[in-house]
Amino acid sequence: MRRCTNPIAFLFRRTETALAAVIIVVSAVFSLASPYFLTLSNATDLIEANSVTTILAAGVFVVLVSGGIDISFAAVASVTQYVAALMATRYDWPVLPTVGLACALGVTLGIINALLTYYLRVVSIIVTIATSSIYYATLIYVTGGTEIYNLPDWWTNRIIFFQTKTASGDVARITLPMLIMVAVVLMTHLLMTRTRAGRQIYAFGGNPEAASRIGIKILPLQMHVYGYLGFLAGLAGFVQAHRVHQAVPTAMFGTELNVVAVAILGGASLVGGVGSMGGVILGVLLLAILQNGLNLLGVSYFFGVVVGLTILISISVTGYAEQRISLRRRPETS
Amino acid sequence: MRRSPPVLKLNTLRPSSTPFLGLENIGKRFGGTIALEGIDWSVQAGEVHCLVGENGSGKSTLIKIIAGVLAPEKGGRIIVEGLVHDHLDPPLAKKLGIQVIYQDLSLFPNLSVLENIAIDHELGAPTGLIDKKAMLVSAETVLASLDAHLPLGVRVGQLSVAQRQIVAICRGLASNARLLFMDEPTSSLTRHEVELLLAVVRRLKKLGVAVVFVSHRLEEVVELAERITVLRDGRKVATLPVSEVNDQRLAELMTGSRFENSVPAHHLKDRPPALAARRATRSGEFIDVTFTLHAGEVLGLTGLLGAGRTELALALFGMSMLERGELLFDGAPLRLRSNRDAIAAGIAYVPEDRLRLGLNLRQSIADNVSIGVLDRLLDRTGLVPPGRRSGLAREWVSRLGIIAANVAAAVQTLSGGNQQRVVLAKWLATKPKVLILDSPTVGVDIRNKHGIYEVIRKLAKDGVAILLISDEIPEVFFNCDRVLHMREGHLAGEFIPGEPSEEALTEAVFA
Repeated sequence: MRRCTNPIAFLFRRTETALAAVIIVVSAVFSLASPYFLTLSNATDLIEANSVTTILAAGVFVVLVSGGIDISFAAVASVTQYVAALMATRYDWPVLPTVGLACALGVTLGIINALLTYYLRVVSIIVTIATSSIYYATLIYVTGGTEIYNLPDWWTNRIIFFQTKTASGDVARITLPMLIMVAVVLMTHLLMTRTRAGRQIYAFGGNPEAASRIGIKILPLQMHVYGYLGFLAGLAGFVQAHRVHQAVPTAMFGTELNVVAVAILGGASLVGGVGSMGGVILGVLLLAILQNGLNLLGVSYFFGVVVGLTILISISVTGYAEQRISLRRRPETS
Repeated sequence: MRRSPPVLKLNTLRPSSTPFLGLENIGKRFGGTIALEGIDWSVQAGEVHCLVGENGSGKSTLIKIIAGVLAPEKGGRIIVEGLVHDHLDPPLAKKLGIQVIYQDLSLFPNLSVLENIAIDHELGAPTGLIDKKAMLVSAETVLASLDAHLPLGVRVGQLSVAQRQIVAICRGLASNARLLFMDEPTSSLTRHEVELLLAVVRRLKKLGVAVVFVSHRLEEVVELAERITVLRDGRKVATLPVSEVNDQRLAELMTGSRFENSVPAHHLKDRPPALAARRATRSGEFIDVTFTLHAGEVLGLTGLLGAGRTELALALFGMSMLERGELLFDGAPLRLRSNRDAIAAGIAYVPEDRLRLGLNLRQSIADNVSIGVLDRLLDRTGLVPPGRRSGLAREWVSRLGIIAANVAAAVQTLSGGNQQRVVLAKWLATKPKVLILDSPTVGVDIRNKHGIYEVIRKLAKDGVAILLISDEIPEVFFNCDRVLHMREGHLAGEFIPGEPSEEALTEAVFA
């Protein structure tokens, strides 16, 4: 293999290293501009605030690797959250059955997406746009848009595992959403790198025809992929209500594109077959840092523009690097 | 620290005269059509066998029956190592060691070489957790047994076609292949890459693995094969020792008719020049290329893949700019800023990859043929009347002998040879004075090949100047008035067919 002599080029060979480099540069700039940016309590706040996004992005990442795309997860999370909240408030269900129901319902709705995609032979984006619309509309119709405020204490009470006062007097905490997020990230990473199912998902995303020829069963695989995202959507709905102390039918509305964007920013591809959990985390992190930094500087209205530009630039840079690599490796084509 | 990988275990070397695979009276019908009938065939362990036939002769049906994808009609027997089956299914065929490498290779471009080779290992993991170490051992064992060297960590999408082919072979071996079918293995390889492939096949032979090459053209692999079986119209025409077959005889057996390769002798000294290049240079692609293409001439351009042929063609078509040197058209300097300039000047270029670059497969023949000349078809309102498009398409369908139900048929429903004619028609409709054809017969079977050659000769007779790029020596030798030979970006020589022998030209190109 050819040795890469240019350090910049080396950095951009992998999406992950490029993202990490950008994150370091951006963090350096913000920490110079705002003394509060690089503090422990800001870091923990940042992580907690992005726990729901990360949980969802992990699921979307799996779907993207399989070569599909699912944008119904926000609707699924809203539905499961509301149903669970109903059970907890009206019938006093305790924590385990409630969370179990949320996740099971999420899996079910996810599997419906898989079945529709498989049997209708329609691309998944169309199927999930349709189901997303149906899930949301049904939820709003059935609930009349009523919010649920009186969630039980076990749901809304802040659970703090570790807490410390920093030198500046601010508080840094490790909380339940952070732990759930870490568990989901680890689980997804292991699923995708160490299990047969995960490698089948990569194989199927890379070449579906070849995958079925070597005997991978497509329907169970799809059910696994979309069911997993549904499961995480159930979990995310639960965590989100835990953070905001209420269940609102439209709570997650509009988060779809942001979540898909961080997954793609992290190196997952709409064509499927590539990406890593680590990359997705870096994607979440980059956008989170940008938002946080701009907030601290008091210029948060730039955020939309900055997000758009970041996505455009990073996608074109990594796309260009990819092209260069394949051109260099295959001079004999053409 | 590197352990030497364990030796590949193959219990195939036991001496025995029973063939590894025997077929008796295999037939297959699809509805009313007979795809295969009364096939008796055998493959010995460690044998290299060629299975040839035109498209539609039943090759792929036969492979599917042997791979267990299709069941044969009743009364047929499939005998694998002395055990009689009336049909196989895919898992059973795999267990018996029968592996098929399809033309598209069915690899995973996004996964590493290691994962591709050991994919059965990976997917067969009993616990659901994958065992990286076992995969590594399996892949290294197979690579070592073939004496092949591939970077295990690199993604397959970054390998050359030849390397991918070796990955596919390794994958078959890692799943204990005893009989390997290779569907059109050489169609996208250069001569040098074919040599590498043949070296691997020699190793397979030593390991006792039988290899069956399935093809509709067979120049390279013949030298390694012991026997050759020809299918035609679902029947086995013959199984012959390779020593008794030559190209001419093979073509006869495959098509059932005689094709004469005749050398067209033309004298073109008095013809006017159409397109000429003077010291044309693009660094890294081609250097100091000077030649003249005359009206009515078929000029061959040959050389290995990567010699700069396609790059030169792209520059002649205005897709890339010359760094030095100049082009002359009808004797006047020609400056091409883009391919639109080239088209306007009367230059047409038919790319090699016609499926990707030359056609819109889902659209109709009429749509495809008319796309380049829509401006000419406008009526007074500035719209294109559908009648004019289909009229134009009908004209070309009959002139080029395209076989299709009608001009509204989608191009993807046509055979390879007919698709190639549609691409030709699309460019001929622009009434070019210079036609550049890049490997026009790749993937086209013998019968259609000759049809395309006839079209080329007719066009030349009508005064079109034709640059025929090909790496098939017989193709340029039998169809061109002159042949330019390109090597490493330089024009290395000019041949007049008939003066050197075909062998001498082959020698020069592959030297």
